[in-house]
This record gives sequence, C-alpha cells and structure tokens, in this order.
Amino acid sequence: MMRNRNKSLSNLWFYVFASGIGFLIVIPLYWMIITALKTQTAIFTYPIEWFPKEITLQNFLDLFARFPFGKVLLNSTIVSVSYSAISIVTCCMAAFAFAKIPFRGSEALLKVYLATLMIPFQSTLIPLFMLFNSAGLSNTYGSVIIPSLFRVFGIFLLVQHMRTIPDDYIDAARIDGASYFTILWKVILPLSLPVIAGYAVITFMDAWNDYLWPLVMLTKPEMMTVPVALGMVNGQFERNFGVQMAGSLISIVPVVLIYLAAQSKMKDGLTLGGIKG
Amino acid sequence: MRKNRNNHTLTASAFLAPSMVGFLLIAAIPFALSFGISFTSWSGIKGLALFSPSFWQENFIGFENYAKILKSKEFWVSLLHVAQYMVLYIPLMLVSSLGIAMLLNKPRKGTAFFRLLFYIPVLTSWVAGAIIWKWVLDPQYGILNDILLRVGIEGPAWLQDPKWAMFGIVLASVWKDMGFYGLIFLGGLKNINPIYYEAAHLDGAGRFQSFLKITLPMLTPMVFFVLIISLINSFMLFPQVMIMTNAGPAGATQVIVERIYKYGFSYYKMGYASALSWLLFLIVFLFTYLQQKLQKKWVNYDA
Repeated sequence: MMRNRNKSLSNLWFYVFASGIGFLIVIPLYWMIITALKTQTAIFTYPIEWFPKEITLQNFLDLFARFPFGKVLLNSTIVSVSYSAISIVTCCMAAFAFAKIPFRGSEALLKVYLATLMIPFQSTLIPLFMLFNSAGLSNTYGSVIIPSLFRVFGIFLLVQHMRTIPDDYIDAARIDGASYFTILWKVILPLSLPVIAGYAVITFMDAWNDYLWPLVMLTKPEMMTVPVALGMVNGQFERNFGVQMAGSLISIVPVVLIYLAAQSKMKDGLTLGGIKG
Repeated sequence: MRKNRNNHTLTASAFLAPSMVGFLLIAAIPFALSFGISFTSWSGIKGLALFSPSFWQENFIGFENYAKILKSKEFWVSLLHVAQYMVLYIPLMLVSSLGIAMLLNKPRKGTAFFRLLFYIPVLTSWVAGAIIWKWVLDPQYGILNDILLRVGIEGPAWLQDPKWAMFGIVLASVWKDMGFYGLIFLGGLKNINPIYYEAAHLDGAGRFQSFLKITLPMLTPMVFFVLIISLINSFMLFPQVMIMTNAGPAGATQVIVERIYKYGFSYYKMGYASALSWLLFLIVFLFTYLQQKLQKKWVNYDA
C-alpha cells in the first residue's frame, strides 16, 4: 500500500518535472513553427499572438522566391550524403588496418591520429582555406566533402569495435587463402554494421549542421549548404522573422526524421552484431 | 598470422592511404602552416606562394603579431567574454542536464517520448537554433519577454543590451546542449550498481542522502569529463555570436573564434588571424593537459 503510494508519487514528480523541462524546450520550437505560419502583420502584433488567428504558407513561398533555397537543400543533401559515405569508407579501412593488420608503427601512428583531436579545427581554418582556395575549390562541393577523408572520431570508434571481433575469424579466413580486403568486406564489415550505421547517422547530422567551414568555402548562394544559407538569410532579411523561421523549420525536419528512423532501426541492429557460437 | 610483420606493412599502408592523405591535407599541413603564417604580415588578398622563399622573406615579421595581440585590449576582452559565458553557461548546463538524466533514469511510461523531446535541440543546427533564439529574445515581439511579463517581470532588451546579450547567448546554448549532456549523464547513471542504493536504503538513507552520497560521487568522472569538454567547447563559441549578435552590441559579445574569422575573412589580416588561432590552440592544449593531470587526482573510477 505504502509502496504503491510512493511509486505513484514519484511518477507524479516525474511528469511534473519532465513536463516542465519539456515546456522550456518546446517553447522556442513552438514559437518557430507558429511564426513560420503567421502573416507579416501578425508576427509584429503586440501583445503577441500565442495562437495564430490566420495561417499562411506565404513565408515558405517568400523563402524559395527570394533565395535559391531548393538548390540549397539539394546541396546539403549531396554534401552530407557524400561526406558520410566517404568518411565511412576511409574510417573502416583505417580502423581495420589498426585493429587487425599487424604492422610496424601501428600503435604510434594511431597515437598521432588521436593527437589531432587536440587541435581545434578553428586553429587550422586559415591555412586550410588558403590551400583549398588556391586549389580552386571555393564554391565547389569538393571543398566541404574532402575533409571527410580524415575523421579521427570515426576511426577511433571503429578501432574500438573491431578489436572486440575475435582474431580467430581472421586467422580462419587467412588459412582459407582470403586476402585482407576480402576479410574486411566479408567478415569484419558485416559484424560492424550496427556501429557503422550509428556512425553514419551522427556523421550525416554533423555534415548537415556544419557551419564554419562551409561558411568560408561556399560564398555563392546557389552553392551554399543549409546553415550557411540560413545565416545569409538572417543577415539579408534582418527583421523578416517569418522567412527565417520557415527556413529554420525546413532545416530541422530532415534531421529529426532521420534520427527517428535510425532510432527505430537501431534496436534490431544492435542484436545483429552479436557473435554466435 | 602474427609473424612476417614486414609483409603486412604494405597491405596496411594500402588501407591507411586515404586517411593518411586526409591527415596530411586536413590536419598536419594546415597546422604547421598556421604556425608559419602566424609570423607573417600576409593579408590573404595576394595569392599564397608557400614554396617561394621571397614570399616568406617579404612577409616575415617575427613575433610582431603575437606581441600586438597580447598588448591589445581586444584580445583580453574577448577572453573575458568567453569567461563570462563559461561562468553562466556551465553551471546552468550541468544542473539542467543532470536533471534530465535523473528524470530519464527510471523507465516509465513516456520516458521515450521525453527523451526524444529533450534531444530535438541537439539535432537542430547551431545556425537554426541561434536564429530561433534571436526571435525568442526579441525585446518587444519575442515570446520570452511576453512570458516574463505574465509573471510580472519586465524583461531586458536581451541581445540589444550589452549587459544582457551574453546571457541571451547562454540561454540559447543551454537549450541546445542540455539534451546532449543529459544523455551522457544518463549513461553514467545506468552504470551505477543498484546494490549501493539498496544498501543505503537498508541503512535508512533517504533519497536526497543517496543522491549526495552515492550518485554524485559515482558520477564525478562523468561530471568532470563534461566539465572539461564544455570548458574547451566554450572557447569555440562562434555560430551563436555570429547569428544572434554579430559580436555586438558595441562589441559586448566579441569572442576569440569570431575574432579569428573577422580578422581572416573581413579585415584580410591572415597573419594576425593565424597568430590568434595559434593562441587558441595553446589555450585548448593547456586545458586538455590539465585535464589529463587532474583526472587522476579528483576522480573516482570505481563506478
């Protein structure tokens, strides 16, 4: 009896506090959504309208009319997909070499790779820009995709995982005459899929949301990725919050959808990685 | 398989080649170059001739950039602004993300829903988050001052007031990050053996006591980790400032990365900006080093 009461009391507190924090988190999002749907006059009505009296898509139309936002969405998609794909390939290859191929200097090289985590990207921004700019990469997809060649976070994550895969598998495959490439493709990759999938989602989001590097490389509106374009819209249409909120809303939706889809898939994915027998 | 190490070096290099190209191109070479350029007066307008000795001869100015930076008030003020940000942001973020972790720790109906809800700001890009908050904080038509007014408080002009602008940026940052750190703490909570709580319960400890005597000490490694990460990340403060205040009003939110960007890409002083970025590296390096040293002293890893 007492226990039940305690339990429901603790549940009550949970809902009170969770709703409280939820409210704080939702308010800005709600504010974005209703502003995106409001008319210009309603946006600048005082006192403010918590529930818009009139709903319009004009802000979305304005955004696409005044800015090549369709192209911008396409750019972001191309860039984020290529970025994650390339990064997965290079990280898997490197991680496999570190985890499963015995070679001289393996430990030392991994340490050098990991040490780069201590260098803030902002510290290399200027020479990196100069190099890419003098290679004629300004305003190209390549400029923002090439950095995917080296993602220490992914290499580290995959090394950690691949080390848990028993060497027996590899030895057996070696005895059967398989090359290292075949081993990576046929043995290691299938066992690493859940980790790779998780990494792919994180990397896609990182690429989709990245700001500083695309900001310096992509200066033409028709080549910009979504965050850079939003930043420019913010500067150009300083007080046109309807258009800015419409753009922000559009930028958030794909990432949330991908996260939701990944979350529902991850559960089955995690059991797939187990070693049986 | 473990024999013939040398035979495998070639194979390994084939697998490492792409990341090695990336390592040189993205990390090693730019890092070395930024050191070299920080000793020049190079503007960035004229092309770069890295391999021509005359480029270095013409532009070399020794430690002048560093001396100028360290003597300028602006540099110290921008660090002071970062410090202001930290002092406000870190405690707020720690408390709210610990709260989130505690809330989500016990599985209940609705936990999954709240978990997603708390995570949406994390999925949002910094630019979108900053744009949203700029509008939330609008002094007259923003929703925050409207809420404050309803509870009888007249809100400040936020981003338009030099005294309040940084606090506005902090609010946006806490909103954006608390879900992220909340889930990190949640992982830490899940790792605490429930046996400790049962023992404490048997000894008659209350909830609050358990939290103080078990949860917090067991969570110190994680709190410490988050503290250092957020400290280092505070130095990288940039998109919020660019979007929400553009370093204003009256320079009240100038911070170091924003200065690097402006000197490099608006004022065309690449040499000066490189020196700034090397100072940023040294600061971050110092904190990482301190972390490694202090970790052993402060932290309990028995959890």
